[in-house]
Amino acid sequence: MSVNMDNMVKVFERPRSLTDAQFSYCPGCHHGLVTRIIAHTIDELGIQDRAVVVTPVGCSVIMYEWFRCDGIQAAHGRACAVATGIKRVNPNLIVFTYQGDGDLAAIGTAESIHAANRGENITVVFINNQIYGMTGGQMAPTTVVGQRTTSCPNGRNAQIAGYPIRFAEVIAQLDAPVYVTRQALYDQKRIMAASRAIKKAFQCQVEGRGYSLVEILTNCPTNWRMSPVEANSHLMNEVIRTFPLGDFVDRD
Amino acid sequence: MTGNEAMAEAAIRAGCRAYFGYPITPQNEILEYMAGHIPAVGGAFIQAESEIAAINMCYGASAAGVRTMTSSSSPGISLKMEGISYLAGADLPCVIINVARGGPGLGNIAPAQGDYFQATKGGGHGDYRMIVLGPATIAEAIELVMLAFDLADKYRVPVMVLSDGMLGQMMEPIMLPEPVDPTLLPAKPWALSGARGRDPNVVTSYFIDPGDLNRINTQRQSRYHQIEENEIRYRETETSDATIIIVAYGAVARIARTVVVMARSQGIKLGLVQPITLWPFPYAPLRALSSQVNTILTVEMSAGQMVEDVRLAVADRAKTPFYGELGGLVPTPKDILREVKRNVS
Repeated sequence: MSVNMDNMVKVFERPRSLTDAQFSYCPGCHHGLVTRIIAHTIDELGIQDRAVVVTPVGCSVIMYEWFRCDGIQAAHGRACAVATGIKRVNPNLIVFTYQGDGDLAAIGTAESIHAANRGENITVVFINNQIYGMTGGQMAPTTVVGQRTTSCPNGRNAQIAGYPIRFAEVIAQLDAPVYVTRQALYDQKRIMAASRAIKKAFQCQVEGRGYSLVEILTNCPTNWRMSPVEANSHLMNEVIRTFPLGDFVDRD
Repeated sequence: MTGNEAMAEAAIRAGCRAYFGYPITPQNEILEYMAGHIPAVGGAFIQAESEIAAINMCYGASAAGVRTMTSSSSPGISLKMEGISYLAGADLPCVIINVARGGPGLGNIAPAQGDYFQATKGGGHGDYRMIVLGPATIAEAIELVMLAFDLADKYRVPVMVLSDGMLGQMMEPIMLPEPVDPTLLPAKPWALSGARGRDPNVVTSYFIDPGDLNRINTQRQSRYHQIEENEIRYRETETSDATIIIVAYGAVARIARTVVVMARSQGIKLGLVQPITLWPFPYAPLRALSSQVNTILTVEMSAGQMVEDVRLAVADRAKTPFYGELGGLVPTPKDILREVKRNVS
């Protein structure tokens, strides 16, 4: 049977803001989804020629090879300070950071909180997968109590390691942020909601409204030692008990 | 104007349009001056949450193509070392002023020169170099801050002006240079300005492939060699007939100028070499002088740091004694003259 391509309409394509380079993420990892959603958002808002990605230290360190926009690699934890420097000298640029839980909520706690507190007109995409992925699965500031990692092999013990940090809620205590939300990607409905949240966060910046943070609960099948399907169930059934979803700040 | 205020004004006149800093004595006047003055010329100012944040804001602003500066004093400079390594690794220009104080640790707020190793030998990680300029007067500080921005842009390297608490806090009459119009500076086609009508620009120090990192690092080293070829600066005073020479930089060089006059009036043929670029260090001129004199005396407000470079230059062609004061004590001309006499007898 032959198909006449002339009559076909393309309903799904690679975002124009992605290069042809292949992602280096593990199979089943949510990073790829978020990366794609951001690229799609950049396309939709027509900001590819003024977007700047600030990449973290972690699995997304070479993200600047995947986006067809200007990019800069920041020292571990310092992405929000780097983004601040760029945005303050060129407010026309649309500057966003993409940071994991170790980067944003452990080593970069000070930079992350103070950029939010100054109300920097930047967009922060916070990937909360409850583990250090690239270094091989150590305990993160967001590791849930009882979760096993290579550096808490018997499970996170709150008496020794404290409790997981709910960073979106921390940022929501500040006066300046305009949009703070926590999303997840474990089913299609959640993916659509997260896409809308990311678009809204970028829109806040385009409109000059100020700081926004989208925290996204994601998986790490490799270091969780689960199949992608098991990892999604774990997120849906376990992780959201520690990290409730929803908007924490949504100022007009 | 204090030295600190003069350096801040010089930076603005050099076209600096982004300053990020954090309070620490004895450099607070730079931060305060910038808070008042850089916004008036359309520049960015932030009192950052830490020295680490400040240097990383510089990393971002410099990557966006703007002349950028931060300042601090010794303990704060230690915190900036990570950021300085990243600036070097990403080939970003930036000016860093260190108004040095006593150390190690919290030390004290008195003038000191204990940061020479950190500044000139790479306080951060990796194979990198930073141009280091040592002013001895406020007039020199102004001139060297202006120069620092030009060298940083020309070679795409971080440049440190290594001052100290004495120069920062003192006042003396100065002439301010004509301001540079930042819009007339050479374009930076590598800067992050939005990928409009061109391929995306990337600023990074990350090269996972050892062959790539080797190539990038080797290219950078060849730029460092150019700097060593072209940018060595030093000042000689009364060296032509000298039998003994003092080597001193910064505030100590200023004091040593008085010692030269005192010694000459007593018939001692004393000369002075003041390295102005501490990296690249003026090895060759010192080597040349070392066969003409008996003694090259290094004087520092440290336990002996620059003296290692002096000894590398001189080898065994002359005696290389050292005199240093520690803990933030400033040697007087009399103290230094005593050391000179001890070494000529």
